[in-house]
Amino acid sequence: MIAVIDYGIGNLRSAVKAMEHVGASASLVSDPGELADASAVVLPGVGSFGRCAEALSAGSWRTPIREAVASGIPFLGICVGFQLLYEGSEESPGARGLGLLPGMVRRLPGHVKHPQIQWNRVEAIAPNDLVPVGQDQWMYFVHSYAPSVGTETVATCDYGGPVAAAVQSGSLCGVQFHPEKSGDDGLALLRRFTELVGVDR
Amino acid sequence: MQVTRLIPCLDVTAGRVVKGVRFVDLIDAGDPVELAARYAAQGADEITFLDITASSDDRSTMIDVVTRAAEQVFVPFTVGGGIRTIEDARGLLRAGAEKVGINSAAVARPRLVAELAEEFGSQCVVVAIDARRAEGRFEVVTHGGRRPTVLDAVEWAAEVAQLGAGEILLTSMDRDGTRDGYDHELNRAVADTVGVPLIASGGVGSLQDLVDGVVVGHADAVLAASIFHLGEHTIPEAKAYMAAAGIVVRPA
Repeated sequence: MIAVIDYGIGNLRSAVKAMEHVGASASLVSDPGELADASAVVLPGVGSFGRCAEALSAGSWRTPIREAVASGIPFLGICVGFQLLYEGSEESPGARGLGLLPGMVRRLPGHVKHPQIQWNRVEAIAPNDLVPVGQDQWMYFVHSYAPSVGTETVATCDYGGPVAAAVQSGSLCGVQFHPEKSGDDGLALLRRFTELVGVDR
Repeated sequence: MQVTRLIPCLDVTAGRVVKGVRFVDLIDAGDPVELAARYAAQGADEITFLDITASSDDRSTMIDVVTRAAEQVFVPFTVGGGIRTIEDARGLLRAGAEKVGINSAAVARPRLVAELAEEFGSQCVVVAIDARRAEGRFEVVTHGGRRPTVLDAVEWAAEVAQLGAGEILLTSMDRDGTRDGYDHELNRAVADTVGVPLIASGGVGSLQDLVDGVVVGHADAVLAASIFHLGEHTIPEAKAYMAAAGIVVRPA
């Protein structure tokens, strides 16, 4: 069972429906204890970084999430759920991320419109399990902040410069865009993610 | 890279799609979920559902439409019409809508924009503005065009962006349903003033109107209804036309 973390933030139904659409068994999980039984975990997130970070703490999600990631099961952060993998964000000074990836989430460059609300072309810059190399994917983005492109970044889009669109470090994955709202390309990415379940890395 | 979005708009009443000419003379055009799924499969970048009756009876009908749409439409969709409270918005977002659009309720109580942005994030909040030309300015009208206000559309757009709107959906009441093209002057006045994305709406009668909406009107996204519903043009045709004119679009 793929656990989609329900920590009181946003529209989670789409993520579950999209997972089901690609043939996975997915459930909203609102009890942190249930993560221990999951075969994979999805951490969605919309709204502000601070509000999501607060909700993670309020629901006692931080330790179970760290344990799930440490166990090596596939883990996917989406949008703000992706940003939460980092240490913090300029959007919400003082709010703590999960710190599973190094660095801070920063505001997009000043000369482009904020937020980026659009589809954008995502290009793999390193071999990975989510975005096929050499096959551009179109994904739907809604955000004003993003982590810097780092060694964990496996795909980027161009929005006033290269923006980290997808990361992977072992079984820990994250995407800035919304695969559950990105049509066929998004569904294909979710299918590839669900196929990681049971694969020994 | 700025990528222009193409958004078919479905005006819904009592669970059916209709398209009005100047907000009256309704013609039945089908099941909203079926149409939305068809447009998404053809490459529509988003879908907008506008609940144009929005009486309390229809509230549950719209939730049902959104719930069904969420099971088969995997592109973002916005629902507008009759949203007055945080709880109205929550119901639609939980049912699967990506964004909610508010119009008259924002005019009546501007703080609602800030409250929605605070609760759900700016990315969920589209402020719809209906405007018409009046004595050398653009006047905001509400209640489906029936009620004039003292607000200036450009100033109002700037104010709601300041309050936390993530996008502005701007409809020209003078053009809506006329097929004469968008009111580019109106769109440009808002797009060039306000920092959030602008969706142009009202008046599309040809594919060139979509191009002009971006090139002349400076819109970030273009919305149209009847040219698609009545089968005159398809989404792939529209995107190919826009791409040929040099506008960057997601390939259909």
